[in-house]
Amino acid sequence: MVKITLVEPGGKQIIVDAKEGGSLMQAAVAAGVTGIVAECGGSMMCATCHVYVNEDDLEKLPKKSEGEDEMLDSTASIRKENSRLSCQIKIGPELEGLKVYLPESQY
Amino acid sequence: MIEGPVVIIGTGQAGFQTAASLRIEGFEGDIFMFGDEPGLPYQRPPLSKAFFKDGSADRLLFRNQDFFEKNSINIKDNCSVKSIDRQKKQVLLDDGDTISYEHLVLATGTRNRALPIAGSDLKNVLALRTLYDANHIRKTAKAGQRVIMIGGGFIGLELASVLREFGCEVTVIEAEKRPMARAVSEQISTYFVDAHTKSGIKIHCNSMVSKVLGEAEAEGVKLSDGTEIGADLVFICAGVVPNSEIASEAGLETSNGILVDDLLLTNDPFISAIGDCASFVHKSSGTLVRLESVQNAADQAKCIAKRLTGTPKTYEAVPWFWSDQGGKKLQIAGLTGSADKLICHSDDENGKISVFAFENGQFVGVEAVNMAKNYVISRKILETGKPVMLSDFEASDFDLMEILKKIS
Repeated sequence: MVKITLVEPGGKQIIVDAKEGGSLMQAAVAAGVTGIVAECGGSMMCATCHVYVNEDDLEKLPKKSEGEDEMLDSTASIRKENSRLSCQIKIGPELEGLKVYLPESQY
Repeated sequence: MIEGPVVIIGTGQAGFQTAASLRIEGFEGDIFMFGDEPGLPYQRPPLSKAFFKDGSADRLLFRNQDFFEKNSINIKDNCSVKSIDRQKKQVLLDDGDTISYEHLVLATGTRNRALPIAGSDLKNVLALRTLYDANHIRKTAKAGQRVIMIGGGFIGLELASVLREFGCEVTVIEAEKRPMARAVSEQISTYFVDAHTKSGIKIHCNSMVSKVLGEAEAEGVKLSDGTEIGADLVFICAGVVPNSEIASEAGLETSNGILVDDLLLTNDPFISAIGDCASFVHKSSGTLVRLESVQNAADQAKCIAKRLTGTPKTYEAVPWFWSDQGGKKLQIAGLTGSADKLICHSDDENGKISVFAFENGQFVGVEAVNMAKNYVISRKILETGKPVMLSDFEASDFDLMEILKKIS
Protein backbone atom coordinates (compact mmCIF):
# COMPACT_ATOMS: atom_id res chain seq x y z
CA MET A 1 0.00 0.00 0.00
CA VAL A 2 1.13 3.52 -0.82
CA LYS A 3 -0.04 6.51 1.21
CA ILE A 4 -1.45 9.36 -0.86
CA THR A 5 -2.93 12.59 0.45
CA LEU A 6 -5.86 14.25 -1.28
CA VAL A 7 -6.71 17.78 -0.22
CA GLU A 8 -10.28 19.00 -0.69
CA PRO A 9 -10.90 22.58 -1.88
CA GLY A 10 -11.85 23.54 1.71
CA GLY A 11 -8.50 22.28 2.98
CA LYS A 12 -9.60 18.98 4.49
CA GLN A 13 -6.96 16.29 3.98
CA ILE A 14 -7.89 12.71 3.13
CA ILE A 15 -5.18 10.07 3.33
CA VAL A 16 -5.84 6.97 1.26
CA ASP A 17 -3.99 3.66 1.07
CA ALA A 18 -3.53 3.07 -2.63
CA LYS A 19 -2.93 -0.37 -4.12
CA GLU A 20 0.21 -0.69 -6.21
CA GLY A 21 -0.56 -1.32 -9.85
CA GLY A 22 -3.93 0.43 -9.68
CA SER A 23 -4.53 4.07 -10.48
CA LEU A 24 -4.88 7.01 -8.09
CA MET A 25 -8.44 7.43 -9.36
CA GLN A 26 -9.30 3.84 -8.38
CA ALA A 27 -7.76 4.31 -4.93
CA ALA A 28 -9.71 7.52 -4.35
CA VAL A 29 -13.00 6.01 -5.52
CA ALA A 30 -12.46 2.91 -3.36
CA ALA A 31 -11.85 5.19 -0.36
CA GLY A 32 -15.06 7.07 -1.05
CA VAL A 33 -13.47 10.38 -2.00
CA THR A 34 -16.40 12.27 -3.48
CA GLY A 35 -14.26 14.88 -5.23
CA ILE A 36 -13.21 12.27 -7.79
CA VAL A 37 -16.12 11.39 -10.07
CA ALA A 38 -14.46 9.24 -12.76
CA GLU A 39 -17.57 8.89 -14.84
CA CYS A 40 -15.91 6.91 -17.65
CA GLY A 41 -14.15 4.56 -15.25
CA GLY A 42 -10.62 5.46 -16.29
CA SER A 43 -10.95 5.42 -20.05
CA MET A 44 -9.63 8.96 -20.51
CA MET A 45 -12.97 10.14 -21.87
CA CYS A 46 -14.56 12.45 -19.34
CA ALA A 47 -11.86 14.36 -17.39
CA THR A 48 -13.88 14.08 -14.16
CA CYS A 49 -10.98 12.66 -12.12
CA HIS A 50 -8.95 15.87 -12.46
CA VAL A 51 -6.38 16.68 -9.73
CA TYR A 52 -3.71 19.30 -9.15
CA VAL A 53 -0.44 17.64 -8.19
CA ASN A 54 1.61 19.20 -5.41
CA GLU A 55 4.37 21.14 -7.21
CA ASP A 56 7.16 19.39 -5.30
CA ASP A 57 5.79 15.96 -6.24
CA LEU A 58 5.50 16.60 -9.97
CA GLU A 59 8.87 15.05 -10.75
CA LYS A 60 7.79 11.75 -9.15
CA LEU A 61 5.24 11.27 -11.91
CA PRO A 62 5.92 10.04 -15.41
CA LYS A 63 5.07 12.50 -18.16
CA LYS A 64 1.51 12.60 -19.35
CA SER A 65 0.57 11.02 -22.65
CA GLU A 66 -0.58 13.10 -25.59
CA GLY A 67 -4.12 11.79 -25.06
CA GLU A 68 -4.20 12.84 -21.40
CA ASP A 69 -2.72 16.21 -22.27
CA GLU A 70 -5.48 16.84 -24.82
CA MET A 71 -8.27 15.59 -22.51
CA LEU A 72 -7.10 18.01 -19.80
CA ASP A 73 -8.41 20.80 -22.02
CA SER A 74 -11.93 19.72 -21.06
CA THR A 75 -11.72 19.83 -17.27
CA ALA A 76 -14.57 21.64 -15.51
CA SER A 77 -12.19 23.54 -13.21
CA ILE A 78 -9.41 25.60 -14.69
CA ARG A 79 -6.47 23.68 -16.11
CA LYS A 80 -3.12 24.52 -14.54
CA GLU A 81 0.49 23.49 -15.13
CA ASN A 82 0.13 20.79 -12.46
CA SER A 83 -3.19 19.40 -13.72
CA ARG A 84 -3.41 15.64 -14.24
CA LEU A 85 -6.08 13.01 -14.71
CA SER A 86 -5.83 10.74 -11.69
CA CYS A 87 -6.91 7.71 -13.75
CA GLN A 88 -3.60 8.01 -15.57
CA ILE A 89 -1.46 8.12 -12.41
CA LYS A 90 -0.33 4.56 -11.78
CA ILE A 91 0.48 3.77 -8.17
CA GLY A 92 4.00 2.59 -7.42
CA PRO A 93 6.27 2.77 -4.33
CA GLU A 94 7.89 5.96 -5.66
CA LEU A 95 4.61 7.78 -5.05
CA GLU A 96 4.63 7.23 -1.25
CA GLY A 97 3.58 10.53 0.33
CA LEU A 98 2.26 12.05 -2.90
CA LYS A 99 -0.07 14.96 -2.31
CA VAL A 100 -2.73 16.15 -4.76
CA TYR A 101 -5.36 18.87 -4.56
CA LEU A 102 -8.95 18.31 -5.67
CA PRO A 103 -10.53 20.93 -7.95
CA GLU A 104 -13.66 22.90 -7.05
CA SER A 105 -15.75 20.96 -9.55
CA GLN A 106 -15.47 17.93 -11.84
CA TYR A 107 -18.41 18.72 -14.12
CA MET B 1 -38.95 17.72 -4.04
CA ILE B 2 -40.63 14.34 -3.71
CA GLU B 3 -40.58 12.47 -0.42
CA GLY B 4 -39.98 8.98 -1.73
CA PRO B 5 -39.53 6.15 -1.85
CA VAL B 6 -37.78 6.14 -5.20
CA VAL B 7 -37.53 2.64 -6.62
CA ILE B 8 -34.92 1.96 -9.29
CA ILE B 9 -35.10 -1.17 -11.41
CA GLY B 10 -31.60 -1.93 -12.65
CA THR B 11 -28.21 -1.55 -10.98
CA GLY B 12 -26.09 -0.67 -14.01
CA GLN B 13 -24.56 2.72 -14.80
CA ALA B 14 -27.93 4.48 -15.07
CA GLY B 15 -29.40 2.93 -11.93
CA PHE B 16 -26.29 3.55 -9.86
CA GLN B 17 -25.97 7.16 -11.00
CA THR B 18 -29.62 7.86 -10.25
CA ALA B 19 -29.18 6.78 -6.64
CA ALA B 20 -25.87 8.61 -6.22
CA SER B 21 -27.18 11.81 -7.83
CA LEU B 22 -30.37 11.79 -5.76
CA ARG B 23 -28.22 11.93 -2.62
CA ILE B 24 -25.95 14.61 -4.14
CA GLU B 25 -29.07 16.69 -4.86
CA GLY B 26 -30.18 16.35 -1.26
CA PHE B 27 -32.95 13.77 -1.58
CA GLU B 28 -33.56 12.32 1.89
CA GLY B 29 -36.26 9.72 1.23
CA ASP B 30 -35.87 5.98 0.81
CA ILE B 31 -34.05 4.64 -2.24
CA PHE B 32 -34.49 1.00 -3.28
CA MET B 33 -32.52 -0.56 -6.12
CA PHE B 34 -33.12 -3.99 -7.61
CA GLY B 35 -30.68 -5.80 -9.90
CA ASP B 36 -30.74 -9.32 -11.23
CA GLU B 37 -26.96 -9.80 -11.12
CA PRO B 38 -25.01 -10.67 -7.96
CA GLY B 39 -22.95 -8.05 -6.15
CA LEU B 40 -22.59 -4.28 -6.16
CA PRO B 41 -23.08 -2.10 -9.25
CA TYR B 42 -20.08 -2.24 -11.57
CA GLN B 43 -18.84 -0.70 -14.79
CA ARG B 44 -19.42 -2.67 -17.94
CA PRO B 45 -17.17 -0.94 -20.53
CA PRO B 46 -13.91 -2.51 -19.28
CA LEU B 47 -15.33 -6.04 -19.66
CA SER B 48 -14.49 -6.07 -23.37
CA LYS B 49 -11.25 -4.14 -22.85
CA ALA B 50 -8.86 -3.98 -19.86
CA PHE B 51 -10.67 -6.56 -17.73
CA PHE B 52 -9.63 -9.44 -19.98
CA LYS B 53 -6.00 -8.64 -19.18
CA ASP B 54 -6.25 -7.63 -15.55
CA GLY B 55 -9.21 -9.65 -14.28
CA SER B 56 -9.65 -7.42 -11.24
CA ALA B 57 -13.37 -7.27 -10.47
CA ASP B 58 -12.82 -4.90 -7.51
CA ARG B 59 -11.66 -2.18 -9.86
CA LEU B 60 -14.94 -2.37 -11.76
CA LEU B 61 -17.08 -1.32 -8.80
CA PHE B 62 -18.51 2.21 -9.00
CA ARG B 63 -18.34 2.50 -5.22
CA ASN B 64 -17.79 0.08 -2.36
CA GLN B 65 -20.27 -1.22 0.20
CA ASP B 66 -19.49 1.66 2.55
CA PHE B 67 -20.78 4.20 0.07
CA PHE B 68 -24.18 2.54 -0.20
CA GLU B 69 -24.47 2.21 3.58
CA LYS B 70 -23.41 5.78 4.28
CA ASN B 71 -25.84 7.08 1.69
CA SER B 72 -28.69 4.82 2.80
CA ILE B 73 -29.09 3.29 -0.63
CA ASN B 74 -30.82 -0.08 -0.32
CA ILE B 75 -29.63 -2.51 -2.96
CA LYS B 76 -31.08 -5.93 -3.46
CA ASP B 77 -28.99 -8.03 -5.83
CA ASN B 78 -29.92 -11.35 -7.46
CA CYS B 79 -33.42 -10.01 -7.64
CA SER B 80 -35.59 -9.38 -10.64
CA VAL B 81 -38.73 -7.31 -10.72
CA LYS B 82 -41.64 -9.25 -12.16
CA SER B 83 -44.22 -6.58 -12.77
CA ILE B 84 -45.37 -3.04 -12.11
CA ASP B 85 -48.78 -2.24 -10.63
CA ARG B 86 -49.31 1.35 -11.75
CA GLN B 87 -52.61 1.76 -9.91
CA LYS B 88 -51.16 0.77 -6.56
CA LYS B 89 -47.74 2.27 -7.43
CA GLN B 90 -45.98 -0.92 -6.47
CA VAL B 91 -43.47 -3.30 -8.01
CA LEU B 92 -43.64 -7.06 -7.52
CA LEU B 93 -40.35 -8.86 -6.89
CA ASP B 94 -39.50 -12.42 -7.92
CA ASP B 95 -39.55 -13.50 -4.25
CA GLY B 96 -43.17 -12.34 -3.93
CA ASP B 97 -42.47 -9.09 -2.05
CA THR B 98 -44.11 -5.88 -3.15
CA ILE B 99 -42.44 -2.49 -2.81
CA SER B 100 -44.26 0.81 -3.04
CA TYR B 101 -42.89 3.81 -4.88
CA GLU B 102 -43.63 7.45 -5.16
CA HIS B 103 -41.48 7.50 -8.27
CA LEU B 104 -40.22 4.54 -10.29
CA VAL B 105 -37.09 4.67 -12.44
CA LEU B 106 -36.67 2.03 -15.13
CA ALA B 107 -32.98 1.50 -15.83
CA THR B 108 -33.35 -2.03 -17.09
CA GLY B 109 -30.70 -1.84 -19.80
CA THR B 110 -30.42 -4.30 -22.63
CA ARG B 111 -29.69 -7.96 -23.21
CA ASN B 112 -27.73 -9.62 -25.97
CA ARG B 113 -29.62 -10.36 -29.13
CA ALA B 114 -29.99 -14.12 -29.56
CA LEU B 115 -29.36 -15.40 -33.07
CA PRO B 116 -31.88 -17.81 -34.53
CA ILE B 117 -29.24 -20.10 -36.00
CA ALA B 118 -28.70 -23.79 -35.46
CA GLY B 119 -25.93 -24.65 -33.05
CA SER B 120 -25.91 -21.34 -31.18
CA ASP B 121 -26.61 -23.27 -27.96
CA LEU B 122 -23.52 -25.46 -28.25
CA LYS B 123 -20.85 -25.43 -25.59
CA ASN B 124 -18.09 -22.99 -26.49
CA VAL B 125 -20.52 -20.56 -28.04
CA LEU B 126 -20.06 -17.52 -25.83
CA ALA B 127 -21.39 -14.01 -25.47
CA LEU B 128 -20.38 -11.02 -23.36
CA ARG B 129 -22.72 -8.91 -21.31
CA THR B 130 -22.04 -9.39 -17.62
CA LEU B 131 -19.12 -9.76 -15.26
CA TYR B 132 -20.03 -13.44 -15.05
CA ASP B 133 -19.68 -13.72 -18.85
CA ALA B 134 -16.37 -11.88 -18.78
CA ASN B 135 -14.95 -14.19 -16.10
CA HIS B 136 -16.15 -17.19 -18.08
CA ILE B 137 -14.40 -15.89 -21.20
CA ARG B 138 -11.16 -15.34 -19.25
CA LYS B 139 -11.27 -18.92 -17.99
CA THR B 140 -12.18 -20.43 -21.34
CA ALA B 141 -10.02 -18.62 -23.89
CA LYS B 142 -6.52 -19.99 -24.45
CA ALA B 143 -3.72 -18.51 -26.54
CA GLY B 144 -3.50 -20.19 -29.92
CA GLN B 145 -7.21 -20.99 -30.16
CA ARG B 146 -9.15 -20.21 -33.31
CA VAL B 147 -11.89 -17.75 -32.43
CA ILE B 148 -14.83 -16.56 -34.51
CA MET B 149 -16.75 -13.41 -33.64
CA ILE B 150 -20.24 -13.31 -35.12
CA GLY B 151 -20.80 -9.57 -35.42
CA GLY B 152 -18.35 -6.73 -35.98
CA GLY B 153 -19.76 -3.98 -33.79
CA PHE B 154 -17.90 -2.24 -30.95
CA ILE B 155 -18.03 -5.25 -28.61
CA GLY B 156 -17.12 -7.75 -31.32
CA LEU B 157 -14.12 -5.74 -32.45
CA GLU B 158 -12.95 -4.81 -28.95
CA LEU B 159 -13.03 -8.46 -27.92
CA ALA B 160 -11.41 -9.45 -31.21
CA SER B 161 -8.45 -7.16 -30.58
CA VAL B 162 -8.06 -8.23 -26.95
CA LEU B 163 -8.12 -11.92 -27.95
CA ARG B 164 -5.73 -11.28 -30.82
CA GLU B 165 -3.23 -9.63 -28.47
CA PHE B 166 -3.66 -12.62 -26.17
CA GLY B 167 -2.55 -14.87 -29.03
CA CYS B 168 -5.76 -16.21 -30.55
CA GLU B 169 -6.42 -16.57 -34.27
CA VAL B 170 -9.42 -14.31 -34.74
CA THR B 171 -11.97 -14.12 -37.55
CA VAL B 172 -14.81 -11.60 -37.53
CA ILE B 173 -17.98 -12.30 -39.52
CA GLU B 174 -20.01 -9.17 -40.24
CA ALA B 175 -23.38 -9.17 -42.00
CA GLU B 176 -23.21 -5.55 -43.20
CA LYS B 177 -20.81 -4.34 -45.87
CA ARG B 178 -18.54 -2.88 -43.20
CA PRO B 179 -18.01 -3.31 -39.45
CA MET B 180 -19.56 -0.83 -36.97
CA ALA B 181 -21.79 0.36 -39.83
CA ARG B 182 -24.53 1.44 -37.45
CA ALA B 183 -22.20 3.52 -35.28
CA VAL B 184 -19.49 5.17 -37.38
CA SER B 185 -18.72 6.59 -40.81
CA GLU B 186 -17.26 4.52 -43.62
CA GLN B 187 -13.88 6.20 -43.18
CA ILE B 188 -13.60 5.04 -39.58
CA SER B 189 -14.75 1.51 -40.47
CA THR B 190 -12.08 1.38 -43.16
CA TYR B 191 -9.44 2.67 -40.76
CA PHE B 192 -10.20 -0.09 -38.25
CA VAL B 193 -10.48 -2.83 -40.89
CA ASP B 194 -6.95 -1.87 -42.00
CA ALA B 195 -5.63 -1.75 -38.43
CA HIS B 196 -7.18 -5.09 -37.43
CA THR B 197 -6.08 -6.76 -40.66
CA LYS B 198 -2.52 -5.60 -40.01
CA SER B 199 -2.64 -7.15 -36.56
CA GLY B 200 -3.68 -10.47 -38.10
CA ILE B 201 -7.44 -10.42 -37.56
CA LYS B 202 -9.48 -11.67 -40.52
CA ILE B 203 -12.65 -9.72 -41.25
CA HIS B 204 -15.37 -11.04 -43.58
CA CYS B 205 -18.05 -8.50 -44.46
CA ASN B 206 -21.37 -9.11 -46.26
CA SER B 207 -21.30 -12.53 -44.61
CA MET B 208 -24.06 -14.28 -42.72
CA VAL B 209 -23.53 -17.27 -40.47
CA SER B 210 -26.14 -19.92 -41.25
CA LYS B 211 -25.07 -22.51 -38.70
CA VAL B 212 -22.66 -23.16 -35.86
CA LEU B 213 -20.98 -26.49 -36.64
CA GLY B 214 -20.33 -29.24 -34.09
CA GLU B 215 -22.07 -31.90 -32.04
CA ALA B 216 -21.65 -30.99 -28.38
CA GLU B 217 -18.98 -28.33 -28.77
CA ALA B 218 -18.75 -25.69 -31.45
CA GLU B 219 -16.20 -26.64 -34.07
CA GLY B 220 -16.74 -23.78 -36.48
CA VAL B 221 -19.36 -21.94 -38.46
CA LYS B 222 -20.97 -22.34 -41.86
CA LEU B 223 -21.62 -19.16 -43.83
CA SER B 224 -24.68 -18.70 -46.01
CA ASP B 225 -22.52 -19.03 -49.13
CA GLY B 226 -21.51 -22.50 -47.95
CA THR B 227 -18.02 -21.64 -46.72
CA GLU B 228 -17.02 -23.42 -43.53
CA ILE B 229 -14.57 -21.92 -41.04
CA GLY B 230 -13.15 -23.99 -38.19
CA ALA B 231 -13.05 -22.61 -34.65
CA ASP B 232 -12.43 -23.55 -31.02
CA LEU B 233 -14.59 -20.72 -29.68
CA VAL B 234 -17.51 -18.85 -31.24
CA PHE B 235 -18.68 -15.51 -29.87
CA ILE B 236 -22.07 -14.04 -30.62
CA CYS B 237 -21.72 -10.25 -30.63
CA ALA B 238 -24.77 -9.37 -32.68
CA GLY B 239 -26.01 -6.37 -30.76
CA VAL B 240 -28.60 -6.00 -28.04
CA VAL B 241 -32.31 -5.61 -27.46
CA PRO B 242 -33.77 -3.28 -24.82
CA ASN B 243 -35.34 -4.80 -21.70
CA SER B 244 -38.66 -3.07 -22.19
CA GLU B 245 -41.11 -5.95 -21.63
CA ILE B 246 -41.77 -5.02 -18.01
CA ALA B 247 -42.83 -1.58 -19.24
CA SER B 248 -45.02 -2.73 -22.13
CA GLU B 249 -46.72 -5.30 -19.89
CA ALA B 250 -47.61 -2.44 -17.57
CA GLY B 251 -49.13 -0.52 -20.46
CA LEU B 252 -46.26 1.93 -20.93
CA GLU B 253 -45.51 3.02 -24.48
CA THR B 254 -42.48 1.46 -26.16
CA SER B 255 -40.76 1.93 -29.50
CA ASN B 256 -37.38 0.21 -29.76
CA GLY B 257 -37.16 0.79 -26.02
CA ILE B 258 -39.27 2.47 -23.39
CA LEU B 259 -40.59 5.70 -24.82
CA VAL B 260 -39.89 8.84 -22.79
CA ASP B 261 -40.45 12.57 -23.30
CA ASP B 262 -37.88 15.33 -23.03
CA LEU B 263 -38.05 15.13 -19.23
CA LEU B 264 -37.38 11.36 -19.50
CA LEU B 265 -40.87 10.53 -18.26
CA THR B 266 -42.88 7.65 -19.69
CA ASN B 267 -46.60 8.08 -20.37
CA ASP B 268 -47.06 7.54 -16.62
CA PRO B 269 -46.00 10.69 -14.74
CA PHE B 270 -44.74 8.55 -11.84
CA ILE B 271 -42.40 6.44 -13.97
CA SER B 272 -39.19 7.51 -15.71
CA ALA B 273 -36.95 5.43 -17.99
CA ILE B 274 -33.27 6.09 -18.63
CA GLY B 275 -30.10 4.67 -20.14
CA ASP B 276 -29.84 1.87 -22.70
CA CYS B 277 -33.51 0.86 -22.35
CA ALA B 278 -35.01 4.29 -23.09
CA SER B 279 -36.05 5.75 -26.46
CA PHE B 280 -36.24 9.50 -26.70
CA VAL B 281 -36.18 12.26 -29.26
CA HIS B 282 -32.66 13.64 -29.57
CA LYS B 283 -33.11 17.38 -29.23
CA SER B 284 -30.87 18.83 -31.89
CA SER B 285 -31.59 16.27 -34.63
CA GLY B 286 -35.25 15.62 -33.86
CA THR B 287 -34.84 11.86 -34.35
CA LEU B 288 -36.00 9.08 -32.03
CA VAL B 289 -32.91 7.40 -30.61
CA ARG B 290 -31.92 4.83 -28.03
CA LEU B 291 -28.31 5.29 -27.01
CA GLU B 292 -26.11 2.58 -25.54
CA SER B 293 -23.48 4.56 -23.72
CA VAL B 294 -21.99 5.53 -20.38
CA GLN B 295 -22.59 9.22 -21.11
CA ASN B 296 -26.27 8.77 -21.85
CA ALA B 297 -26.86 6.57 -18.80
CA ALA B 298 -25.04 8.93 -16.44
CA ASP B 299 -26.40 12.21 -17.83
CA GLN B 300 -29.99 10.97 -17.95
CA ALA B 301 -29.65 9.78 -14.35
CA LYS B 302 -28.44 13.23 -13.27
CA CYS B 303 -31.27 14.84 -15.22
CA ILE B 304 -33.99 12.90 -13.40
CA ALA B 305 -32.29 13.27 -10.01
CA LYS B 306 -32.55 17.03 -10.53
CA ARG B 307 -36.18 16.79 -11.61
CA LEU B 308 -37.17 14.62 -8.65
CA THR B 309 -35.53 17.07 -6.28
CA GLY B 310 -37.31 20.09 -7.69
CA THR B 311 -35.28 21.46 -10.60
CA PRO B 312 -36.74 19.93 -13.75
CA LYS B 313 -34.86 20.50 -16.97
CA THR B 314 -35.25 18.91 -20.37
CA TYR B 315 -32.58 16.39 -21.38
CA GLU B 316 -30.24 17.96 -23.91
CA ALA B 317 -26.79 16.49 -23.24
CA VAL B 318 -24.42 16.04 -26.17
CA PRO B 319 -23.85 12.31 -26.68
CA TRP B 320 -20.33 10.92 -26.55
CA PHE B 321 -18.96 7.44 -27.06
CA TRP B 322 -15.66 5.65 -27.15
CA SER B 323 -14.11 2.38 -28.19
CA ASP B 324 -10.63 1.00 -27.51
CA GLN B 325 -9.37 -1.37 -30.14
CA GLY B 326 -5.79 -2.60 -30.44
CA GLY B 327 -4.19 0.44 -28.81
CA LYS B 328 -6.32 2.84 -30.80
CA LYS B 329 -8.85 5.07 -29.12
CA LEU B 330 -11.95 6.05 -31.04
CA GLN B 331 -13.77 9.03 -29.53
CA ILE B 332 -17.09 10.29 -30.82
CA ALA B 333 -19.01 13.43 -29.90
CA GLY B 334 -22.50 14.13 -31.24
CA LEU B 335 -24.63 11.91 -33.45
CA THR B 336 -23.03 11.46 -36.85
CA GLY B 337 -25.42 8.91 -38.39
CA SER B 338 -27.60 11.47 -40.15
CA ALA B 339 -24.72 13.37 -41.72
CA ASP B 340 -24.87 14.16 -45.43
CA LYS B 341 -21.33 15.45 -45.63
CA LEU B 342 -18.19 14.04 -44.02
CA ILE B 343 -14.82 15.75 -44.01
CA CYS B 344 -11.88 13.58 -43.15
CA HIS B 345 -8.55 14.80 -41.74
CA SER B 346 -5.92 12.15 -41.28
CA ASP B 347 -2.29 11.72 -40.39
CA ASP B 348 -1.64 8.28 -41.83
CA GLU B 349 1.94 8.10 -40.64
CA ASN B 350 0.87 8.40 -37.00
CA GLY B 351 -2.37 6.45 -37.35
CA LYS B 352 -4.60 9.43 -36.61
CA ILE B 353 -7.89 10.26 -38.23
CA SER B 354 -10.80 12.61 -37.60
CA VAL B 355 -14.09 12.66 -39.46
CA PHE B 356 -16.18 15.83 -39.09
CA ALA B 357 -19.87 15.28 -39.80
CA PHE B 358 -22.29 17.86 -41.20
CA GLU B 359 -26.01 17.76 -41.94
CA ASN B 360 -27.51 20.44 -44.16
CA GLY B 361 -24.27 22.31 -43.73
CA GLN B 362 -24.43 22.27 -39.92
CA PHE B 363 -21.82 20.56 -37.74
CA VAL B 364 -23.38 17.54 -35.97
CA GLY B 365 -20.44 15.55 -34.64
CA VAL B 366 -16.94 14.17 -34.89
CA GLU B 367 -15.35 10.73 -34.89
CA ALA B 368 -11.68 10.87 -33.94
CA VAL B 369 -9.02 8.20 -33.52
CA ASN B 370 -6.00 9.10 -31.42
CA MET B 371 -6.89 12.78 -31.81
CA ALA B 372 -8.38 13.59 -28.42
CA LYS B 373 -8.19 17.32 -29.02
CA ASN B 374 -10.59 17.17 -31.96
CA TYR B 375 -13.01 15.15 -29.83
CA VAL B 376 -12.73 17.45 -26.80
CA ILE B 377 -13.10 20.75 -28.61
CA SER B 378 -15.82 19.44 -30.92
CA ARG B 379 -17.78 18.32 -27.89
CA LYS B 380 -17.43 21.77 -26.36
CA ILE B 381 -18.60 23.37 -29.60
CA LEU B 382 -21.67 21.11 -29.67
CA GLU B 383 -22.35 21.79 -25.99
CA THR B 384 -22.75 25.51 -26.65
CA GLY B 385 -25.89 24.54 -28.59
CA LYS B 386 -25.08 27.16 -31.19
CA PRO B 387 -25.24 26.19 -34.85
CA VAL B 388 -21.81 26.05 -36.44
CA MET B 389 -21.66 25.65 -40.19
CA LEU B 390 -19.23 23.96 -42.53
CA SER B 391 -18.41 27.44 -43.83
CA ASP B 392 -17.25 28.39 -40.29
CA PHE B 393 -14.93 25.37 -40.28
CA GLU B 394 -13.58 26.28 -43.71
CA ALA B 395 -13.15 29.95 -42.81
CA SER B 396 -10.98 29.02 -39.85
CA ASP B 397 -9.20 26.22 -41.74
CA PHE B 398 -10.62 23.71 -39.20
CA ASP B 399 -9.03 25.49 -36.25
CA LEU B 400 -11.53 24.21 -33.67
CA MET B 401 -10.21 26.39 -30.85
CA GLU B 402 -10.79 29.49 -32.95
CA ILE B 403 -14.36 28.36 -33.74
CA LEU B 404 -15.07 27.67 -30.07
CA LYS B 405 -13.73 31.06 -28.98
CA LYS B 406 -15.82 32.81 -31.59
CA ILE B 407 -19.09 31.28 -30.37
CA SER B 408 -18.43 31.16 -26.62
